[in-house]
Amino acid sequence: MALAQRTAQQSLRRLAVQTPAFKFTTPAAVAFGNAFVAQRRYAAATTVSALQAHDSILAKQRLNRPVAPHLGIYKPQITWYGSAFNRITGVALSGGMYLFGIGYLVAPALGWHLESSVIAASFAAWPVALKVFTKFAVAMPFVYHSLNGFRHLAWDTASLIENGMVQKTGWAVVGLSVVGALGLAVFV
Amino acid sequence: MAFRLATRRFAVSPQVFRRGMASVVETTKAEPLSTVSETLSASTQPTPSSKTSTKGEAAPDKDATIKTFHIYRWNPDEPSTKPKMQSYTLDLNKTGPMMLDALIRIKNEVDPTLTFRRSCREGICGSCAMNIDGVNTLACLCRINPDKKQEARIYPLPHTYVVKDLVPDLTQFYKQYKSIQPYLQRDTPAPDGREHRQSKEDRKKLDGMYECILCACCSTSCPSYWWNSEQYLGPAVLMQSYRWIADSRDEKTAQRKEMLNNSMSLYRCHTILNCSRTCPKGLNPALAIAEIKKSMAFT
Repeated sequence: MALAQRTAQQSLRRLAVQTPAFKFTTPAAVAFGNAFVAQRRYAAATTVSALQAHDSILAKQRLNRPVAPHLGIYKPQITWYGSAFNRITGVALSGGMYLFGIGYLVAPALGWHLESSVIAASFAAWPVALKVFTKFAVAMPFVYHSLNGFRHLAWDTASLIENGMVQKTGWAVVGLSVVGALGLAVFV
Repeated sequence: MAFRLATRRFAVSPQVFRRGMASVVETTKAEPLSTVSETLSASTQPTPSSKTSTKGEAAPDKDATIKTFHIYRWNPDEPSTKPKMQSYTLDLNKTGPMMLDALIRIKNEVDPTLTFRRSCREGICGSCAMNIDGVNTLACLCRINPDKKQEARIYPLPHTYVVKDLVPDLTQFYKQYKSIQPYLQRDTPAPDGREHRQSKEDRKKLDGMYECILCACCSTSCPSYWWNSEQYLGPAVLMQSYRWIADSRDEKTAQRKEMLNNSMSLYRCHTILNCSRTCPKGLNPALAIAEIKKSMAFT
């Protein structure tokens, strides 16, 4: 008795609410939670159409598809190598700053000596070649990232963005940053 | 791989730190395509050509100019077999000047199983887009380097799912194109009731954009698109989006911009500029994207 009643009730409800959920419900219905009451699953009752069967073959095939080679085979060009170097130098510079900042913060607690005078004194004791190399290694990312920033500012105003100018300014930044980093390493 | 990791979202991150999702891309969550890309983001490395056989001209002449072509092969009927680089040798004296001529000659005379798309053979259909000697271009517009010591290497478009050999699956690319509604949208009828006119200056704004043939060379040359093709629209589609934003006759400019106004659809462009560098039609998608960004910033 109860079962028959419930079945009848359910089918009545289904007839009353025929709208597919999501697509055509009003925002109010969604908000009050009565939009998804009539979701139904036809899984057992329906047969798979020819089109669906075709799709399932396609879906199976898609799972097997390899991804075509990308980074490894694309020709090295100033465009994407320059961009990658810009990102790497940015990460290195900001990462280095954060690491040193955190180190400086915890130094008193751990008994480290990261004061400027201590660092300067220990750096002064290094051999000259190592000093110049270290300064160059720090200056190079800094100069490159700074100069490349100007290119990005220009591009954001939709200027200097033609192929020829991109290559010229790209190589100019590489050259200038080597010169600038050498200058900083030797003279500063 | 490091790039992929750097751009990958954390699996568990508070809602506030999550990027806004693209509002325009049709979600493909339930599809196998995206589930594969989640797990299989790195490319499947092909077996190098040094480990495969070389197929060549049946009867080379005495004064033949033999050039080697290494071509990416993968057969969906043998899904467990890895992709491989197959070497072919051709006599350039008997081959047409373009890479497509070489491919067609290989298919006709050396190996009929080689699969690639081609149609117009004059750079207007965009079917034969592929990666030739490391650069995305149309095979029909790419001359064969006559230097026979330079061995040509041909791959499908980078970071696409390979259907077979040089045929990439561009379903996602076309879906994204559809998502930007690439057609004129107006509510008001033309004043004279006949056609929507525009000035010569306004028409000129569309030059360099309407010529795009949607070959997907630029999008698949973009590292940002490689890692984020699920949500980032890519240079080709963004340029077409700007083609309609810049059109004086279109009245949905604000809505079009609003659709791009999230962190993924447009702003995954980091001005790497591979797109303009590689365009076989000499167009400048990077400029179009820069113009969109500019117009979004100053409104």
